[in-house]
Amino acid sequence: MAGRRRKPKLAIWKFASCDGCQLTLLDCEDELLAIAGEFEIAYFLEASRAVVAGPYDLSLVEGSITTPEEVERIREIRRQSRVLVAMGACATAGGIQALRNFADVGGFKRVVYATPEYVRTLEHSLPASAYVSVNFELPGCPPSRSQVLDLLDAFLHGRRPRIPAHSVCIDCKRQGIVCVMVAEGIPCLGPVTRTGCGALCPRYRRGCYGCFGPMETPNTESLSAWFTHRSGLAPERLMPLYRSFNAAASAFQEASVRYATPDQAQQATETFWARAFAKGKDFDGREQAPADDQG
Amino acid sequence: MAESKRRLTIKVDALARVEGEGALVLRLRNGQVEDVRLTIYEPPRFFEALLRGRHYAEAPDITARICGICPVAYQMSACNALESLFHVEIPPELRLLRLLLYYAEWIQSHTLHVTLLHAPDFLGFDSVVQMAEAYPDLVQQALQLKKTGNRLLALIGGREIHPINVRVGGFYAVPRPSELLELRDPLRRALEHALELARWVAGFEFPDLELDYEFVALRHPDEYAILDGRIVSNRGIDIPVSRFDETFVESQVPYSTALRYEVDGRGSYLAGPLARFNLNFSQLSPLARETARETGISPPVRNPFKSIVVRSVEIVHALEQSLALIERYEPPARPFVDCTIRAGIGYGASEAPRGILYHRYEVSTDGTVLDARIVPPTAQNQKQIEEDLRHLAPLAIRLPKERATWLCEQAIRNYDPCISCATHFLHLEIEEMTGSTR
Repeated sequence: MAGRRRKPKLAIWKFASCDGCQLTLLDCEDELLAIAGEFEIAYFLEASRAVVAGPYDLSLVEGSITTPEEVERIREIRRQSRVLVAMGACATAGGIQALRNFADVGGFKRVVYATPEYVRTLEHSLPASAYVSVNFELPGCPPSRSQVLDLLDAFLHGRRPRIPAHSVCIDCKRQGIVCVMVAEGIPCLGPVTRTGCGALCPRYRRGCYGCFGPMETPNTESLSAWFTHRSGLAPERLMPLYRSFNAAASAFQEASVRYATPDQAQQATETFWARAFAKGKDFDGREQAPADDQG
Repeated sequence: MAESKRRLTIKVDALARVEGEGALVLRLRNGQVEDVRLTIYEPPRFFEALLRGRHYAEAPDITARICGICPVAYQMSACNALESLFHVEIPPELRLLRLLLYYAEWIQSHTLHVTLLHAPDFLGFDSVVQMAEAYPDLVQQALQLKKTGNRLLALIGGREIHPINVRVGGFYAVPRPSELLELRDPLRRALEHALELARWVAGFEFPDLELDYEFVALRHPDEYAILDGRIVSNRGIDIPVSRFDETFVESQVPYSTALRYEVDGRGSYLAGPLARFNLNFSQLSPLARETARETGISPPVRNPFKSIVVRSVEIVHALEQSLALIERYEPPARPFVDCTIRAGIGYGASEAPRGILYHRYEVSTDGTVLDARIVPPTAQNQKQIEEDLRHLAPLAIRLPKERATWLCEQAIRNYDPCISCATHFLHLEIEEMTGSTR
């Protein structure tokens, strides 16, 4: 049949965010016009003043939900969208602004605004999934351009996006990058962080700081114990490591709560090693040799 | 007071093609501006509060998240502030790399704005996609130009958005000269495209609006200021960055929670490309100055709509400078210099693509941030945007409503307002009751 398939309607929505996720799309310089050829760009205020009414076939949501109005808006967008994808660390894990979740938001208001009573905001900065069902989550601060393109392609072809859930650490090994933690004692979240960046920070001789949030089965307890043991990290530095751009992602949130104070961090670390030794493992996880063999 | 029947309200519910979201209400009565209201409905993210208690070394990465379009600007202003507090001198080779990184951000951000966000206004297109159908070659070239900026940014910074390679004291790793030299040809091609872009936008029709601005920008003794400098204006301001707070004051209107900035005792001012161009023209690269002449702009440029030409000239400057720096680059012995923490208050500013970006940090002896203050260019320009709209209103009301609405949007986009970066205001309501109500 000669009849052309209707182009799917694409909408990009912004909540509390830096615009970086939307920019990832505009940074697809080689593919941007092709994307516009495949989709009807129905709502993308950063790029176009033309607005097409819903419903939408695919909605990409950037930013976290932080105000009562935003709660209403994300619900309305859900009603209008066939497929809703949360894009980036804010939309999938509350973003850096989720640091308020661990503090008194009233205090935050007073620091920034002279008349805090006028500031309407929720106590927590939460991901879209806290309020509506989300069909897919694309991690990252910012998300990877190739993953954004893969997601769009997957949508067009009715397949699942190929977004790996393994750790940065594995990608780092695959690329043959010298481990910053082993070689230089630099604390690195690579073993517990989801890949997507291509092990960018270790490539630049820097420890991973967790932009893509937790990997599928993160062992933050073990990693933290190694931080204090091998990297000589002060216990008070553990909590902020987990509490940054994906602070409200559950695995990182749990870890940051575990090490919320230096005392807790110290104790949690000692408990971890005590447990490990009780199982007869040494620091490197090897079976401990019998006592009489030790020099 | 009786309501006049000849009242026109222009309402733009959501501003398109600005980074962040805002809305505008411009209310006119009998041909007079009654009310200009630019509402920013960007939810607060409390950056200044959440920085408290964090380690100083995290400031560049955390503040980068204020704006995905100009993260390097945030990283540079943060580094400036902390390095000045710690008395750290950045050696020339590292400074050169920082300049390159910052030029790369100017190239990508300016090209994004000129081509994707602003040019469609002048030609009556809703978006770059629509514009690409009429001007396929120009749009393709501009996208390649943007891409080249991003390549340079990614090489030095690690990635385009929220670069990972910047630290207080320098970088984590530095590129090899050969890696930079690989970009020589793409940058040369980009320069050709930038020249064409400048000529193209110079041919646009510019709404007739000339205002008597106070221009404020950084000034550096040896270069068109971008990384650092003193703060100067065309009305006599000439101060070190540490005196920002006493010179530029937050003002609040009784009916608004918004914080905006003005020169103490004087009023609104303009930061950004026009200010830089007008104050530091002689320091532009030779080709940039030549392009300015060719495109018919010379300081002082007082028409805010011509900022699109000035941005294009600045792209030429950034490319020409980058090419020169790449030739001169020699890798430093170490990618960073060590910092010794000193307690106290540090001040820093740099020229973000949209204008001066000011940071101030108070740090304790163990390196904890006790207090932070960030003043992005869009907050500084806020009052000026409203002034522009007030002056534009008499022109706008002679147009059909749809066209008038568009013109007001275009005037706001002159500033390339990065609304998500304006940490200070969330709900700006302006009611300019000018006393002209009859």
